Amino acid sequence: MAAIIEIDNLSKQYDGGTKALDGVSLSIDEGEIIALLGPNGAGKTTLISVICGLVTPTGGTVRVGGHDIRKDWRAARRLIGLVPQEIALEPFEKVMNCVRFTRGLYGMPRDDAYIERILKALALWDKRDAATRELSGGMKRRVLIAKALAHQPKVLFLDEPTAGVDVALRREMWQVVGELRREGVTIILTTHYLEEAEEMADRVGVINKGNLLLVRPTAELMGEFGAKTLTIELDDPLPAVPEALADRGLSLSDDGHCLHYEYDAKADRTGIARLLGDLSAQGVSVRDVSTRQSNLEEVFLSLVDGTKESAA
Amino acid sequence: MTMINWYGVWAIFHHEMTRFFRTIMQSLLSPVISTTLYFVVFGAAIGGRIESVEGVPYGAFIVPGLMMLTILQQSISNASFGIYFPKFSGTIYEYLVSPVGWIEVTMGFVGAAAAKAMLIAFVILLTSFYFVGANILHPFWMLAFLFLTAIGFSLLGFIIGLWAKNFEQLQIIPLMVVTPLVFLGGAFYSADMLPPFWEAVAKLNPVLYLISGFRWSFFGLADVPVGVSLVAVALMVVICMAVIRWIFATGWRLRE
Repeated sequence: MAAIIEIDNLSKQYDGGTKALDGVSLSIDEGEIIALLGPNGAGKTTLISVICGLVTPTGGTVRVGGHDIRKDWRAARRLIGLVPQEIALEPFEKVMNCVRFTRGLYGMPRDDAYIERILKALALWDKRDAATRELSGGMKRRVLIAKALAHQPKVLFLDEPTAGVDVALRREMWQVVGELRREGVTIILTTHYLEEAEEMADRVGVINKGNLLLVRPTAELMGEFGAKTLTIELDDPLPAVPEALADRGLSLSDDGHCLHYEYDAKADRTGIARLLGDLSAQGVSVRDVSTRQSNLEEVFLSLVDGTKESAA
Repeated sequence: MTMINWYGVWAIFHHEMTRFFRTIMQSLLSPVISTTLYFVVFGAAIGGRIESVEGVPYGAFIVPGLMMLTILQQSISNASFGIYFPKFSGTIYEYLVSPVGWIEVTMGFVGAAAAKAMLIAFVILLTSFYFVGANILHPFWMLAFLFLTAIGFSLLGFIIGLWAKNFEQLQIIPLMVVTPLVFLGGAFYSADMLPPFWEAVAKLNPVLYLISGFRWSFFGLADVPVGVSLVAVALMVVICMAVIRWIFATGWRLRE
């Protein structure tokens, strides 16, 4: 699939000397969803801001749909929609007018039928005549998405779309993103909620201190870094891991009710069957077993820690 | 040559005018009330004791000055508030990420601010007809001065709005600089009525040239040559545009 965004050696150094981006290169295909992960101040928002035109880069190039964001900024910006991190809406303006306004700003003629479609898709149609200040936080965020979609962009940037929203609303946002994906919109999102990236993104990019540490397909990353843990719940608590099983890498929970066993799900032999057999032979009675894959948070932390160690 | 994004200009203009009409009572009624008070106080009460200024009844003489006072105040406040409010509410990001450049943003905001100021000035003119009767010698030049002044001071207001970091700064220049300049610019008197020294000082005030030119379009009377007035206001437009272009090019008080 053709790349819709090509970032080449992009850097941004602020006047104070802070390097927010340090030679970032990334290519994003049309129709994919990519999640950018990183701690606060890693450079995620700066990267988005440069591509969208809010921040002027100090080096490198960005092309959107083949248009250079600096030389051919009008054509590049027409392809982009941005949902900012902070909720920023004119408090007295009606929802419908807000979205119409953005469409006009992008040089598109008025098309109320299209706006009706996006407001309905975002469950805002009933609120079209309400002033934005009357809306709940979740609705305001959806208005921002509607505005970002008003000019039918090919690329949508979501800067921490679910920061500070409750679980139900977060799920609702994921649903919206899912629908956009089906319509073929390329989505770049930044997030602190790693579950979010895991849930939605085709690829994950990890940024720290202005450097793009890696970009991998989410499933591959999970497979590579994602060890699995088997939790064995016991009928009777154990005082310690049985001596005969000491070399299996087992750990016992504080209350002695659970044994944890880490294994590689991709290995030829996981050792689970043997472990369960040995437990039975030791007279340990098993009540239940469950498995859990390490989430992106753990993957992310191990990556960031890894860079700290390699830098040390 | 880049094509201008006219839909973008219209979107901003329309958005600003909608805000004006949403608050039509404050927008239109308050300047009319305050101008009426000026007519009552200066035109009727004090003007009754001043027979005429250079052959023009005092009540009629102050009409151009009052219109200028309103145009200047309204142009500056509309344009400065227009661009400051998105900065305050955070919606300024939209203007910076969309395919509109300094020219579209300026045309939208300044065009709307000037249109509102002119609309209010016309209402004041109609109000003045009730008090002093209609008397415009050069209607075309009257409109030309009105238009250029509204554009010039809307551009200045736009710069103030871009510069301001809070509501206090938004108010300070109109209050501390513009209003005194208008009052000292011959809104209520002719510069000829001042002693020679103060007349020379008054001629350093740029607003004098606007009021003088505007008054000439009404009565054929001017403190300074009309050509000088026109050049002064045209120069102001050019300088303000250059400043705005610089602000957008550097992102000063806009980006980062």
